[in-house]
Amino acid sequence: MNSLIITSIEQGLIFAVLAMGIFITYKILDMADLSVEGTFPFGAFIFAKLVSTGVNPFVSTILAFGIGSLAGLMTAVLFIKLKIKPLLAGILTMTTLYSINLRINGKSNIPLFNFESVFDIGPALLILVVTVMAIKITLDQFLKTEIGYLLIATGDNESLVKSLGANSNKFKTIGLMLSNGLIAFSGALMAQYQGFADISMGTGIIVIGLASIIIGDTIKKDSSIFNSTTRAILGAIIYKIIGGIAIDLGLSPNDLKAISAIIVIIFIAYNNLASDFLASIKNKGEKKYANNTRIIKKVLQKH
Amino acid sequence: MLTIQGLSKKFYKSTENEIEVFNNFNLYIEENKCTAIIGPNGCGKSTLLNILAGSILPDSGRIILNGEDISNLSEENRSRLIGRVYQDPSMGVSPSLTILENMSLADKKGEKFTLRRLVKKNTIDKYVEILKSLDLGLEHKLNTKVKYLSGGQRQSLSLIMATMKHPDLLLLDEHTAALDPKTSYIIMEKTKELIDKYKITTIMISHNMKDAIRYSDRIIMLNKGKIVLDKPNKDTTEEELIEIYRTKLFEQIA
Repeated sequence: MNSLIITSIEQGLIFAVLAMGIFITYKILDMADLSVEGTFPFGAFIFAKLVSTGVNPFVSTILAFGIGSLAGLMTAVLFIKLKIKPLLAGILTMTTLYSINLRINGKSNIPLFNFESVFDIGPALLILVVTVMAIKITLDQFLKTEIGYLLIATGDNESLVKSLGANSNKFKTIGLMLSNGLIAFSGALMAQYQGFADISMGTGIIVIGLASIIIGDTIKKDSSIFNSTTRAILGAIIYKIIGGIAIDLGLSPNDLKAISAIIVIIFIAYNNLASDFLASIKNKGEKKYANNTRIIKKVLQKH
Repeated sequence: MLTIQGLSKKFYKSTENEIEVFNNFNLYIEENKCTAIIGPNGCGKSTLLNILAGSILPDSGRIILNGEDISNLSEENRSRLIGRVYQDPSMGVSPSLTILENMSLADKKGEKFTLRRLVKKNTIDKYVEILKSLDLGLEHKLNTKVKYLSGGQRQSLSLIMATMKHPDLLLLDEHTAALDPKTSYIIMEKTKELIDKYKITTIMISHNMKDAIRYSDRIIMLNKGKIVLDKPNKDTTEEELIEIYRTKLFEQIA
């Protein structure tokens, strides 16, 4: 059980990088970018290619970020220059990446056990905590810069950005590139963690990312202590722990995808309906209280 | 001063739904004056404002603002010269950011956006001063997200943000139409105060005849893309305007 929790946290931290990437498009730019499903294995395959040609694993992982961001650039060009709807633009990038991923190494599964990895230098948990924190702090700081705020404003109200004399398309491109870079980075980490890159590792990954963000949003909703990136990270870890427990309880790994979807549905339903439900309980409670006070008054009048 | 020369604009060109909004339209607007544009729906006043702001491109014509031909500037490049307040109070602000963050953004209007921190401590006093002058208590809500403000508060903030860098031209797009009479009055008074103080050339679209006469120096009525009335506000009465509306309307029906 203990090792299961640690594995879940480690995988959760890898998915936390993915969740921060999806957070940029889904939450900040208010855009569903489906290219994620291609970008995640894209990062893994780029890493596999580089590390197998002798590039240092740290450099390879960082290059996966840089090259991965080009997937975001492709979506941005389709969407901004060719005016293809964002949803379709993402799907087109994803589909293109499927073939590119197979081309990179010429096969659909590359074992990496014989190559160096970033996890060689110490305990995986420590390396992941440091990496995730570094990314979180950088992203938080970036969002406090002038460009960062324009990125937020672009998702919020494009006409304001234009009225400030800035080109909102530029910020959509920056957001998409940053997002896909982080997702590819996460894919490269996952490939090293599990010891192989596989073409199917991106399937259903968008649900994991969205689940992480949605779960994160549910944690102490009104508290301002947790900012959006912290929520995405915690969401990813909680998601993985729930999944880990599900497997530990004897559910087949084949059912995992359906479980992911069910987790997302439960948390969204909770977010959407909980306040109504709580309000109705409160109303009933108040009625009861009113009844009680009336009875007490009657009793008092009698005496 | 603003000159519009030979402006033409058609929508849905070469389809059976083609609409000609302007055909060789000319207008001269004096510096530091507030001009109200009124007219029935579809008369072209919103199109005119959109063309001036650069969000719609005209088929032909030139727009010259203070001697500079801005016809070929993109919307974002024009924005350093032009401020705009929309009818929808949310259009001029970023709702998920705080008042302080919104004002800091507006303070950078037309400048280069870099990787420096946006919110600077030393500007807060200046923003508090500006907000205090509105008398809406917004200076105590610097860290409140704008989406939690009322429509009137949001519109006041939009107005402040649009005029903060003293634009050469201010476009008011029925900016009090969505507000209740009292808030509408406060915003109009504040608008007047700001454009007088900073001497901003202003074009105001309004359906409210009283406001148009009271707050502007000149009244222009458009109908089907043509100027049907052009008078100083002093010589214009509400009854006169309503009368024109009525007769024009009859003409259109007949």
